[in-house]
Amino acid sequence: MDAGALILVHVLYAVASLFLIAVGLAIVFGMMGVINFAHGEFLMIGGFAFVLAVHAGVDFWLAMFVVAPLTVALIGVVIERLVIRHLYGRIVDTVLATWGLSLLFIGIASETLGYFQEGVAPPFGAVRIGAYQTGGYNFFVIAVAAAVLAGLYALLRYTRFGLIARGTMQNPAMAAALGTNVRAVYSVTFGIGAAVSGLAGAVLAPIAGVVPVIGVTYIAEAFITVIVGGASPLAGTALAAALLGTINQATTFVSTAVLGEVALLLAAIVLLRFLPAGITGRFLRGSV
Amino acid sequence: MSAAFLEARDLWRTFGGVAAVAGVDFTLAQGELRCLIGANGAGKSTFFRMLTGQLAPTRGRIRLKGHDITGRAPFEVARLGVGIKTQVPSLFEGLPVAENLWLAARRAQGARRADAVTAELLEELRLARVADAEVGTLSHGQRQWVELGMVLAADPELLLLDEPAAGMTSDEVEATVALIERLRGRRTLVIVEHDMHFVRRIAEKVTVLHRGRVLVEDTMDSILSNPAVREAYLGSRAGGLDG
Amino acid sequence: MRRELRAPGFLAAAGLGLVLIAALPQWAEVYTIFNLSVYAVLATLALSLGLVWGMGGLLGFGQSAFFGLGGYAYAIAAINFAGSGPGLLAAIVLPVLAAAVIGYFAFFGRISDVYFAVISLTVSLILYNLINTTSGAAYRIGQAPLGGYNGIPSVPPLNLPFAGTPLSFEGTFYAAAGLLLAVYLALRLLMRSRFGRVVVSVRESETRAELLGYDVRLYKLGVFLIGAAVAGAAGAFYAAWGAFIGPDVFSIGFAAQIIVWVLLGGLGTLIGPVIGCFVVQALTAWLGEFEGSNPNIVLGVLFLAAVMLLPKGIVPTLRSATGRLMRARAAAGPREPAA
Repeated sequence: MDAGALILVHVLYAVASLFLIAVGLAIVFGMMGVINFAHGEFLMIGGFAFVLAVHAGVDFWLAMFVVAPLTVALIGVVIERLVIRHLYGRIVDTVLATWGLSLLFIGIASETLGYFQEGVAPPFGAVRIGAYQTGGYNFFVIAVAAAVLAGLYALLRYTRFGLIARGTMQNPAMAAALGTNVRAVYSVTFGIGAAVSGLAGAVLAPIAGVVPVIGVTYIAEAFITVIVGGASPLAGTALAAALLGTINQATTFVSTAVLGEVALLLAAIVLLRFLPAGITGRFLRGSV
Repeated sequence: MSAAFLEARDLWRTFGGVAAVAGVDFTLAQGELRCLIGANGAGKSTFFRMLTGQLAPTRGRIRLKGHDITGRAPFEVARLGVGIKTQVPSLFEGLPVAENLWLAARRAQGARRADAVTAELLEELRLARVADAEVGTLSHGQRQWVELGMVLAADPELLLLDEPAAGMTSDEVEATVALIERLRGRRTLVIVEHDMHFVRRIAEKVTVLHRGRVLVEDTMDSILSNPAVREAYLGSRAGGLDG
Repeated sequence: MRRELRAPGFLAAAGLGLVLIAALPQWAEVYTIFNLSVYAVLATLALSLGLVWGMGGLLGFGQSAFFGLGGYAYAIAAINFAGSGPGLLAAIVLPVLAAAVIGYFAFFGRISDVYFAVISLTVSLILYNLINTTSGAAYRIGQAPLGGYNGIPSVPPLNLPFAGTPLSFEGTFYAAAGLLLAVYLALRLLMRSRFGRVVVSVRESETRAELLGYDVRLYKLGVFLIGAAVAGAAGAFYAAWGAFIGPDVFSIGFAAQIIVWVLLGGLGTLIGPVIGCFVVQALTAWLGEFEGSNPNIVLGVLFLAAVMLLPKGIVPTLRSATGRLMRARAAAGPREPAA
């Protein structure tokens, strides 16, 4: 019984962290069709912004929920205006350019922060589950993931901006014809995706740590989760994270973390074989 | 009575809940020229795509020269002697006109004939000037010609032409009519068209499709005076039959 | 295809290539020759992606996996058997077999392009993860330890055929550059053959190719297998050159680099990927000599600049520019006498 609860917590944590890692990319890809290969670095920058802020004396929560997202959002908006917006529709060029940005960010981070060894300890200590013990922070991550999902859903479903953004996602030409400033919508959407990624990086930093190359480990999982999820940025990512995260964690329990990773990858292959347009290409179509 | 060259029996194709083709029986004799008309959404292109193998029928069978070709892959159907000019041109956009024709000729007519056939067609279709131009840079009418050329290059026994006159100037339409006349009797053709003038000029027997079913099959004059046909066309606002 | 053998472009490439290969070891230092050897090997890998993606239209992350399989196959075979023969053979056979399996499921299962890209990515990642775990002493094939994240050290160098003596630095250069030139010329011939021309047409419009009667699955599989063979051979040379092969070749970073070489040089050409690879390698090496320069920053800026300024890639941009220049000169050419 206790073991079951423990496993459940760890599975939920795996799902939650996969969701957080992927959702920023899903927003940008789902709403704008842009494959941002610098996404992993957004997570990295968010993590560093958080850690550096805390070490500079900023309050933990402020650093996590304000400093990190804002920093990455700003960077996101800047690169959207300088680089991404010139490449809309040119998928291959966007990949090349964002890969270049990824390398650039890694390089800058290595030069300026490569020496930085400090981390941030996760708060909340340990939580007992019967005979077992797990980090209280795991629950926090799960809660944040749920909150992010709910918040983004509310934003897209119930606000005016959300309506405009969804309309632009469905048919940019029509949206423009109806008077929407599509460029502005894209800028803001990219900024939101970046902000969420920054938050995710900050939230995961106490457990995963931050190094300049950590983005590389995130990007593959994020990318696969987004493709498996399908066209709907929120429903797709949530479902894909749920499925892949569970498979990953379950396999890790009975063997090793590496095999858990392999299981996730194999599951993705199988899922895509039967659902070529991702989960939300078939189920929950048209959802957000 | 000649054995059926092409025969479709109780052909159905549904997408989700919608039946684009709902029980079509279609028989074609060798050397026949059949026109297929109907309002938009009547199921003409879906029917063609089942003939070429691009779509598998939900139900029903198709026989070509006695072979059952239902659900076979497009390349197999093509090798049995079927060529199609599609409604939306399917061409090798980034390749030169000559290369498009060569690829069509090479597969069907072999290495030795391919270059000669290509040269002949470039002349005949007056595409020699643009032989080296990328197809994507040509006008719509010219692209239709290239696609017609590709169909001719393969010299199939059954030609399916989906809106061959669409987007053509009246000179080009004349040339298309002339081309079809040269093929009449020697090859079997099924032509989908909206341009009623064009249909009138070339039609022998006409099949009218409406909502996935065959409404009527008759000569052009009988069709034009058929009240059910007028109802179907006017009812679905597809443009005048008199026009 | 026979016409291509006499075409001026082909002959010029062959001639220039042979001259360069023969001459370079005479002028350049050993260190440069050593580096040029690996550039040639990587350029051969770039060529394989240029073929599969640029010509075949199959974008995937698999070429690095075939490269890695080739490298590992060579290393294991060369450690266990004397002579380079078995190693080179294994380096080609293993990737081709893997490609045959993947290709069969992909092309005969008629999967979409996006799916193909994703499974090639995931298969590479699976290999990366698995190989990284083979660190223990138990993981060995014959005499060769798989080495896990440490890789396989002391990989035997290439031997002169029938002589058994290992190649010198110059010899390795001749072999690597010779491989590059041979593959390049062979691929040029291939693309002018019926097979090559059909492959390109499949890339342009799979629908139309099928409607003309071509079995597109076979052509895609064919070009995929050839690409795997070329990548595998390059992998063998790579392992032999550095006397080492490690799991980094299976990483997504390396897979992405190959894609970048092809994009930078010009997708849809054969010489483009070669040039793109050389440019990136040379620039990275040159800028690495400066104090405090970071290769990531340099490459990052390079890619950004390439995309913003040379969107079609180096080779196509140069071709259009020379084309425009020639047309401008022709237009301004010698005055015709008035009629």
